[in-house]
Amino acid sequence: MGQITLSSVTKSFGDVTVIPPLDLRIEDGEFVVFVGPSGCGKSTLLRLIAGLEDTSSGKIAIDGTEATDLPPAKRGLAMVFQSYALYPHMSVRKNIAFPLKMAGLSPEIQAQKVEAAAKVLNLTSYLDRRPGQLSGGQRQRVAIGRAIVREPAAFLFDEPLSNLDASLRVSMRQEISELHQTLKTTMIYVTHDQVEAMTMADKIVVLQAGRIEQVGSPMELYRHPANLFVAGFIGSPKMNFITGAEAAQQGCTTLGVRPEHIDVVEGGPWQGTVGLAEHLGSDTFLKVNVAGVGDLTVRVSGERMLRHGDPVSLAPQPGKLYRFGADGKALA
Amino acid sequence: MATEHSRTAARLMVSPAVILLFLWMIVPLAMTVYFSFLRYNLLMPGMESFTGFDNYYYFLSNSAFMDALVNTLLLVGGVLVITIFGGVALALLLDQPFKGQGIVRIMVIAPFFVMPTVSALVWKNMFMNPVNGMFAHIAKTFGFQPFDFLAHAPLASIILIVAWSWLPFSTLILLTALQSLDQEQMEAAEMDGASWMNRFIYLTVPHLTRSITVVILIQTIFLLSVFAEILVTTNGGPGTASTNIPYLVYAQSLLNYDVGGGSAGGIIAVILANIVAVFLMRMIGKNLET
Ligand SMILES: Nc1ncnc2c1ncn2[C@@H]1O[C@H](COP(=O)(O)OP(=O)(O)OP(=O)(O)O)[C@@H](O)[C@H]1O
Ligand SMILES: [Mg+2]
Repeated sequence: MGQITLSSVTKSFGDVTVIPPLDLRIEDGEFVVFVGPSGCGKSTLLRLIAGLEDTSSGKIAIDGTEATDLPPAKRGLAMVFQSYALYPHMSVRKNIAFPLKMAGLSPEIQAQKVEAAAKVLNLTSYLDRRPGQLSGGQRQRVAIGRAIVREPAAFLFDEPLSNLDASLRVSMRQEISELHQTLKTTMIYVTHDQVEAMTMADKIVVLQAGRIEQVGSPMELYRHPANLFVAGFIGSPKMNFITGAEAAQQGCTTLGVRPEHIDVVEGGPWQGTVGLAEHLGSDTFLKVNVAGVGDLTVRVSGERMLRHGDPVSLAPQPGKLYRFGADGKALA
Repeated sequence: MATEHSRTAARLMVSPAVILLFLWMIVPLAMTVYFSFLRYNLLMPGMESFTGFDNYYYFLSNSAFMDALVNTLLLVGGVLVITIFGGVALALLLDQPFKGQGIVRIMVIAPFFVMPTVSALVWKNMFMNPVNGMFAHIAKTFGFQPFDFLAHAPLASIILIVAWSWLPFSTLILLTALQSLDQEQMEAAEMDGASWMNRFIYLTVPHLTRSITVVILIQTIFLLSVFAEILVTTNGGPGTASTNIPYLVYAQSLLNYDVGGGSAGGIIAVILANIVAVFLMRMIGKNLET
């Protein structure tokens, strides 16, 4: 079990309020991703759930039981830190066994569980090394191993992949997703990388300045962003925002259209010239300067050989326009 | 410094310093060795004669020698125990956030800057004096007989005085080590269910071992030659109760005017210090390897 409920939880450091009253419900077995720009309070929120920080007010319940004042060890949660926080003077084996030893399990059971975890994480041949003798990805796996042996109610990850290089990040991302499929334990995962959020989450929680901007499945957020912030944060490259006369025509303050929802066609409504073309091979991203609209990012197929200065004519796909009011909220 | 050429150049460049340091060390040592083989008493100038190992024989067979050796080891060991345990405790306290942290930390270092003679005299006259001392006053307030520390527990008193002046050193080194302990590790251990005591045993202590090793090595070097504190408080007495080897050498050469015997004692002290050093490096030196 691993169902977590936060009710009007707040957190202030001195007189700085980092988390204004916040309500959130995380279901058992869900993979929830907290995403948001740097400094928005993702880590703080995770540490509140872990019990490493005390709430300033509000309640946290785990599996229906009040946990607000429980110490971290009593909450039955396991955390993987960004710096891995492995114990440097213990072997990998001892690192993974540490929570079991603290729980007072017999050495035989400890050894058995460590072996099992090491097998799942492909660590068997490294068990007698020290953390300092491992690569970043291996250390990450040890940190995960130390978390899974405890069989926690939920896993908490704080930007676990941010110290890894791009290709390792992709493979570790998949490993963590697979781990979630096998264990079916609740996982809460903090990242500022929207690609990680989109690919891994069952449910994304978008945060800004401690406030929840929107909660929903990745495709929900992609299709129906509740406001400008979410619209700009989810999706890569960023959604184009158009203001002024063009938006007013559509009856809104800001008009949003994603780069992948603009086609290069003959006789489209927007005429412009290509400012910059980034050829990625599979796709090409064009920055097109459209008179009266501004710069638009457009995704075209990688085979389109357009270059700086080429004139193009653009048309947004019908039904893929997002309209936002003066307060930034999406209009129906 | 990869090439043969630059290595030769480097050797040439450092050689003046190395030669100077070498002479600085070898000349006094050679002269001490030379004197230690002479019958050389300041009361009978001009009567020096070669005596072989007699000086060594007399120094070693002197009953004061065994006492001094034991006292030296007790002094070093006692001060080390107090400063390590006290230093860890103080460092843990000073690592807690509290108001006026900066001031308190500076004040804790203060005893280190007090000269050994001064601190020993302050302890002797203001604290341990059986008539006017602070401890005597406290004892009298509670209706106890004042205790004459320097007369009845001379070595323990000197250990206390020396430990007091070395405590800041170990506290400071251990405090900086504590501050470099990764907070996330502590939090991870907390989540792993480790109590405060277990976190201390399994994380803090292993993290501190290297610094403790450094403290032990440095302090041992200095504690083997404690002298001023003994000179101004007990003069090595009563009897030989608080005489250590440096004090015995001093007594031999300057109180008995026996330069030859004193020199032999000095050479024996050097040999003993080296034995202690080898022993220490064997025992704890491996902590310094990464
Ligand atoms: N101990 C603290 N004392 C005071 N302010 C703090 C403390 N910890 C965090 N903050 C503030 O709280 C805010 C949120 O910090 P937090 O670490 O949760 O951000 P984050 O979303 O995890 O950012 P990042 O993506 O950079 O890790 C920041 O503005 C930070 O300055
Ligand atoms: Mg963070």
